[in-house]
Order: sequence, then structure tokens, then C-alpha cells
Amino acid sequence: MLTVSGLKRLHIFVSFDLQDGECVALQGPSGVGKTLLLRAIADLDPNEGTVKLDGVLREAMPAPAWRKRVTYLAAEPGWWSDTVQDHFAAWDDALPLIARLGLPNECGAWPIQRLSTGERLRLGLARALMLRARVLLLDEPTSALDPASAAAVESLIAERIADGTSVLWTTHDGAQARRVGTRILVMRPDGGIEEGRP
Amino acid sequence: MTYIQLSYGDLVLPALLVVMDGVFSLVLRLKLEKQLAVATVRMVVQLVLVGYVLTFLFTAVSPLWTALAALIMVLFASREIVARQRRRLQGVWKYGLGAGCTLLAAGTVTMFALLTELRPDPWYHPRYALPLLGMMLGNTMTGISLGLDVLTNSLMRERAGVEACLALGGTRHQALLPVIRDALRSGFMPIMNSMAAIGLVSLPGMMTGQILAGVEPVDAVKYQLLIMFLIAGGTGLGTLAAVLAGARLLTDSRHRLRLDRLTAEKST
Repeated sequence: MLTVSGLKRLHIFVSFDLQDGECVALQGPSGVGKTLLLRAIADLDPNEGTVKLDGVLREAMPAPAWRKRVTYLAAEPGWWSDTVQDHFAAWDDALPLIARLGLPNECGAWPIQRLSTGERLRLGLARALMLRARVLLLDEPTSALDPASAAAVESLIAERIADGTSVLWTTHDGAQARRVGTRILVMRPDGGIEEGRP
Repeated sequence: MTYIQLSYGDLVLPALLVVMDGVFSLVLRLKLEKQLAVATVRMVVQLVLVGYVLTFLFTAVSPLWTALAALIMVLFASREIVARQRRRLQGVWKYGLGAGCTLLAAGTVTMFALLTELRPDPWYHPRYALPLLGMMLGNTMTGISLGLDVLTNSLMRERAGVEACLALGGTRHQALLPVIRDALRSGFMPIMNSMAAIGLVSLPGMMTGQILAGVEPVDAVKYQLLIMFLIAGGTGLGTLAAVLAGARLLTDSRHRLRLDRLTAEKST
């Protein structure tokens, strides 16, 4: 279980729990701080408060180890090398995931420069899923996808949730929030958070 | 060893060449004449002053005066490094990083040359120590400022890639390595280009000066080779130290990218 207690980053001040195998949809208007919250939980920005995974403080482990367990996927995934497969530790192992997301095996050799926004999103998701993290922090993972690709992503994440992965999923799509979320949390402009209507 | 001495009067005619540049600026409306005049006056005043200061230092041969002169040179070099950055570190590291790395690199290499190759008596003799340090500072400063400039600007540009690597459990070293490599390549490039072109495209100032002062060209070449080896070592050491320390300062112990520690881009 992920426990967030008194997490403070700029104007954000929140507390909530995320059970094993639970998907919480996080909603709120643009600019309210949803991305800031996800980044703070992943410890990518300086923040205050207590964040624990199964009762273990994140400060008790090196930050890279924490992020392998609590993995953040940005709305626009970044890339640090020239081709797709350079970003995967074991490309061959990733092929089943790549196929599930509707991409061909040979996309490993594709240069990053030629990827469309949708391809970047799906490959970024595959790269994050390869870590088999305990918690996934997904920042609008389907915002630029066509309905079929979005459905493939939702189905893939649903399988991970069924296996016990916890997910915090930001989305502006109310129907999607109700579809994927066992609970909905809504961020307020004052930086607080409240239970939303399912 | 003989050389043709110049009087200040001998410099009047060559100075007319700068006046010629000013005329070009006026005729072509380049609006550079004021800048040109200021730069010329600064150059004349600075060089005449340094001539008198060096004369005093060479007569005094005092370790304290030599150390003070060296310290002032390092401080000016660090100021120059900061001036060449589009984005700068905040706080004490703004000047501290450049000063520390130039002192480390230029100081180490200068001491190495003084204690092992040149061996003047005393070893800190300002006639050898200060010109040598000056040449080392000028070149290490270029490597360090280029390396830091590429490091900070690449981190701003490649922020998404660096943070993606961090978010997937990469260490700060793994995430910044591509940017560090680019910064080091940029820092090393000027001295490598200079070494490749020297003798064919350009005759270095120090060697030309020695030849004009009556030194045999073959002996002047040996000195120049010594200087180039020292500059290459100093530039490598300084650039490596500055880029690695800069990368460390722009991340924290929780392996976060800390671009908030940089100032906004300097307007040009």
C-alpha cells in the first residue's frame, strides 16, 4: 500500500492512501497541480511530507530504487538516445508488450525523431511497464491516442491492476475516470484533494 | 641573444591601423567606433600597467607578491568564465566553480612545469611562474566556460530525456552521462583544433615572441611544445573537473535534476 501523508509541494498539500491493486483516477482542471503531485510522489522534485510503500519510508531507500517501485510516466515521455530500443534494458523481452500496444517488432530500430506523439506515448508506457513497478503514476497516458489504442492501454493497465499493481491515473476524461478508477480523487485549486463522485 | 627594441613612439604608426578600423566603422555605419575606442584604450592601459607590475614582481622575486598576482589572475579568469555563461549557477558556486576549477587545473599544471621541467631558482620565480600561469589560465578558462555552457544549456534542452531516465530508476550519473559527454567534447575541442592547426595555419604568439627576441626557432619550438602539452593537460583537467562538479551541483542526493539552481538565460 502507498501512503501519502501531508505531502507538500508549492501550493499542494495532500494526504491519501492507495491500496494494492487499486486504481485511483485523479481529476481536476488544467494547472491545478496534478502533474506536480505525481512528480512529488516519485520524488522527482523537492517536497515535504511522508510517503511510504508498505510502511517503508521512501527516504529509507535510494531514490533510484524508489522510482523503480513507484514509477512516474510523463504526459510527454522523454528520450535520451537515438533509437527506440536504446531505451529498453531488454528489447526482446519488451516485444510482447510492444505488440499488445499495436506497434510492430521492427519499431526498435526506429529513430526517436520520426515517432508520432501517439507512438511516443505507447512506447513510453511500454518502457515504464517493463520495470514491473508496484505503483504506476500515469499522467494522461491516453490523451493523444485514438480510441483503439486507448482501449489497448486501458486493458493492459487493467491486467496489471488485477496482478496487484496500484495506479494513480490523471485524466480529463470523466468517462475514462469512471471506467478505470475504483475511486476518483479531485484536486482543488487550493492544492487540496477530495473524493469525487464515481 | 639580441632583439630589436621598440620605443612607445614606434607604436604610433601601427596604432593608426586601429584608427583605420574606426574609419571603416564610421563609413559603413557599423556603430562600432565607440566600442573600438574603449577596447583600444583598455588594452593600452592594461598592458602598460601589467608591464610595470611585472617589472616590479621580477625585481622583488617575492613568494607573497607572486602568489597575490596569481590569485588576482585566477579571480579575473573566474569572472570571465561567469560572463561567458548564458545560464549561471546561483549563490557562491556562481564564481566558486570557475575559480576552483581554473585554480585546480592551471595551478597543478603550472606547478608541474615549474618543479619538473623548467626548475627556475627559486621555483616560484615570477618571470617563469606568472607568464606560464597566464597562458594556462587563458586556455583552461576557454575549456571550462565552453564545457559549463554546453552542460547547462543541454540540460535545459534535454530535460525531458534526463528526467525520463531518472523516473525509470536511473541514477543521476546514468541520466546525465550523454549531456556530460557532449559538454566534455565541446570543452576539449578548441585545444584539439589548436594543436592540429599549429605550425601550419598559425604560429603561436609565444613562439613568435621568442623568435623576435632572438631565440633560435628550434629552441622556441621546444618551449612551444612544452606549453602546448601543458595547456592540453590543464584544459582536460579543468574541463573535466568543471563539468563533473557542475553536473553534481545541478542534481541532488535524491537523484533529482535541480535546474532551479540556475539563473534565467542571460539576454544577448
